Amino acid sequence: MKPKKNSIASILRTLPENIFSGFVVSLIALPLGLGLAMASDAPPIAGIIAAVVGGIMVSILGGSHVTIAGPGNGLVGVLLVAISTLGLETAYVAIVVSGGLLLVLGFLRMGKIANFFPSSAIAGMLAAIGLIILGKQFHIMLGNRLSLPGSIDYLLAIPKTLIGLFSYVDRGIIFAAIAGISSLLIMVFYARLRSKIVQLIPAPMWIVLLWVGVSYFFELVMKQPSPIAADYMLSGIPEPAKIIEDIPTLQFTGLSSTAFWMNVIALTLVASIESLLSIKAVDKLDPQKRRANVNRDLKALGVATVASGFLGGLNVVTVIARSSVNVNNGGSNRLSNFFHALFLVIFIALFSTQLERIPLPALMAILVYTGYKLASPESVKRIFNVGREQLVIFFVTLIVTLIVDLITGILAGVFITFVIHLFVTKNPGLFFRNLLKPNVLMFKEEAEEGNFFISVKHFCTFLNFYKLKQKLDAIPEDQDVILDFSMCEFVDHTVMESINDYQDLFDKRGGHFEVIGLELHDTDSKHPFALRKLLPIPQIMQQNFTRRQRTLEELAKDYHISYTPGENHDCAFLRDFLFFKTKSIDYIYNSLTGEDASFKMFDVHYSEGEFIAKEVIRASMLHLRLSREIPIFSLDRETLLQRVYSLAGFTDINLDNHPDFSKRFYLRGEDHEAIRAFFTDELVHFFESNPYYHIESNGTSLLVFSKTRLASIKELKALLDFGKRLSQVAVSQ
Amino acid sequence: MNVQPFKTIGIGVAFSPNLKANIYEASRLAGYFDATLVLIHVGQETPEKREEIDRLMQGCQGSSTPYYLEFRSGDPVAVILEVAAKQKVDLLILGAIQREGLLRYYVGSIARKITRKATCSVLLLINPSVERIACRHIVVNGLEDPKTQQTISTSFYVAQKLGVTKISIAEEIRQQEIAVQVNDHVSLRKANIIKDRLRLREGSRIKKIVEDLPTSLTADIEVHSQPIFGTRGYSIGHYAQVVRADLLVMNAPSELSFWDRFFPHDIEHILSELPTDVLIIQ
Repeated sequence: MKPKKNSIASILRTLPENIFSGFVVSLIALPLGLGLAMASDAPPIAGIIAAVVGGIMVSILGGSHVTIAGPGNGLVGVLLVAISTLGLETAYVAIVVSGGLLLVLGFLRMGKIANFFPSSAIAGMLAAIGLIILGKQFHIMLGNRLSLPGSIDYLLAIPKTLIGLFSYVDRGIIFAAIAGISSLLIMVFYARLRSKIVQLIPAPMWIVLLWVGVSYFFELVMKQPSPIAADYMLSGIPEPAKIIEDIPTLQFTGLSSTAFWMNVIALTLVASIESLLSIKAVDKLDPQKRRANVNRDLKALGVATVASGFLGGLNVVTVIARSSVNVNNGGSNRLSNFFHALFLVIFIALFSTQLERIPLPALMAILVYTGYKLASPESVKRIFNVGREQLVIFFVTLIVTLIVDLITGILAGVFITFVIHLFVTKNPGLFFRNLLKPNVLMFKEEAEEGNFFISVKHFCTFLNFYKLKQKLDAIPEDQDVILDFSMCEFVDHTVMESINDYQDLFDKRGGHFEVIGLELHDTDSKHPFALRKLLPIPQIMQQNFTRRQRTLEELAKDYHISYTPGENHDCAFLRDFLFFKTKSIDYIYNSLTGEDASFKMFDVHYSEGEFIAKEVIRASMLHLRLSREIPIFSLDRETLLQRVYSLAGFTDINLDNHPDFSKRFYLRGEDHEAIRAFFTDELVHFFESNPYYHIESNGTSLLVFSKTRLASIKELKALLDFGKRLSQVAVSQ
Repeated sequence: MNVQPFKTIGIGVAFSPNLKANIYEASRLAGYFDATLVLIHVGQETPEKREEIDRLMQGCQGSSTPYYLEFRSGDPVAVILEVAAKQKVDLLILGAIQREGLLRYYVGSIARKITRKATCSVLLLINPSVERIACRHIVVNGLEDPKTQQTISTSFYVAQKLGVTKISIAEEIRQQEIAVQVNDHVSLRKANIIKDRLRLREGSRIKKIVEDLPTSLTADIEVHSQPIFGTRGYSIGHYAQVVRADLLVMNAPSELSFWDRFFPHDIEHILSELPTDVLIIQ
């Protein structure tokens, strides 16, 4: 661990960067905070209060490093319902109680709660929230204030508002619509403008600056009032003194109603899911490779939400967009979160009157764009590519959320996912029998490399992913991990996607994360995250490459060798090796062949024993064809002498002039004289200075492998390199 | 340590399609261990039954094995346990049931009850066969427990008798022993330092147990030690499956209470899903 002194010095050193990135974040947080609060039907300042309280409290108490806390997009949909059903005063009570629940979740170490929901259901839920935001604000953006009963009605009214756009007569409303549309265009095209000056200030702040500027232009230059209708202007930004005066006194009554608790649960659920997803995503962005303390962050968010609720603010969550802006602008520790809150206080203190010059449609354009981002057609397309069944889950969640409510929606998503899993596997017993059983084994292989080997049995879906996740989280990201699914009959999309996240994380942090044993699983689509079930009759599916197969393909390209993923039953070249004498070879697959066929690296599928005692084994091996005859021998690490068994009658050949070699290696063969002659000093030194492999000669070729299991890509590369050098040394004798 | 831990081997015989395989397997084991075989049949004694068993015993490889038959009616669990106690059976052989269509075995309710209550060692066979299937790799538990010493030495004895060449000793370390909860990168590093220390401690403890064994037991056997952090009683079964062991040797559970039926403890994980043949040492 680093000494304390050092960390204080480094905090001081990074202070300017964090002040700067806190400033940039506050530029987005200001318009977003106002907009999110307005979209939730709360007073605009409530969003700013949440951001300020969140920024200060989470930066002091939190356990993550570069996240920003404040009012969240996802919560708008829930808060809207809460405020409309409970009224603003009681909604604040609900916020306080949901903060308390969040705190409890943190103490119960429930940071894993987000893993219990299928990822397509979460995607559906977020898309529904996006549509709720978009539907409601779209009309205000175009200067058409509506009041409709359900969120789906707002969506259905969009065409009418669009047509109505051409029949506006009121000048104030026309200007309001212009403000909205032009702001939306700024949001859409901002990312395409790569000019440094434009990118210096975030798009929402440009919109604010533009419309405050326009307002001043009309007032000071044109000497006339702002052309936008007065009721389409942002209002109710109080003076700082007024904010303190306006702090609501909460009445903790009506806590017994069902509606109240449904709202509290929805708020807690969405706040925790949104925060946890954001924390996980932001962790990947952290340039210093730290891991956030999720449970501590939940507690901090809970405390901040309670405080925010008492002060008349919204729920505090971790937000992904503002956090990534923070990282991009050089934020490196929690101070940037703190300074973002501080700058917000300064803005409100200095410019509260100027903020009232912002037209509402412009602010709502920012939200419409955010809503569109949550529910964008690309996300639907992405889910469709994973598989048709994911689209069903997505739409069931989305539609139920829109029509009924959020909790029912996410529960429907969980339910439909489980039904689909039952339908795909046609084996309900697999789930019911094994749900509560432990199914994950992890151990550190006691070899010099010290890989972590993880094997998963039965099934692995959103229902029991937390067990695997717990093991994965106990591994430092700079280690090598091999995850074996060959004993697992069913792996779902949620797990595949999370595994992919782990792979990215390990890749980034210098580790290595390899998934093996999925080649025998069947899929419907070509997407790497598609759910997979084990086929009753093993066969290699051509239509979907696993990540390992794609990496093998890349490796083949890189090394200018040819790659054949499919089964090859022509394994005669292996049969005369002693190792395979007692085994039956079924086929080889994933073969990598050198251009002159001098070597072939492959996964071999073979079995030991027969019938019910039959053990099917898959292992990666290297076959080297030699240009000259060599004696028949087999070479092993001395302690692993029993790996190749039943070589009765062969005894260890010791080389008199190489005691170390004789001690460490177990060399066997019939023709002792020829073997002694073959093992020259050069060859012995080669073996002594390289890792141990099982090496076998059948006279004309060599068989090399390290373990009787599938090898990771890294191990394959090492094997190939070793083999190439070995054949050079062996032939040069 | 007992010089010969298994002097009398008991097996329950029923006239099922598995009869021949069960008898062949049992007499073969009795042959390896120089033991007397007690064949227990729950049911009425008839000359035909006696004749059939005699005929099978003559046919199998260990035909020189001394054996006798016990016929007794009653509740199978009670009868087998009673006879085992009366005849001073040291090792009771029980068969497992295969789940239809899948290569997955579990212990039936009768065998499970016997396993829980037996006062002798129990061998659960997943696929008794007429022809011998060579046993090459034994996995044995290395828990920190007073019984472990005995279990390890017995498994070396079995290994010598069956010609096993590799023994892996798996030390299951409870998650609770790592006092640090992994929350972030700092606690993760701490937890891993503790794990490394525990690994070393367990490794040296096992090494000492093996070193204390007489060389006649350890000769020609490759010993491998593997610490595992995970659910006790579960991880070892999964590990045996991953390393494709032929026999798993376990300590007998200390005491099985009523609650163990609801919260599977150590041995229950293994019983509900046999990874391979399992020998439980009493």
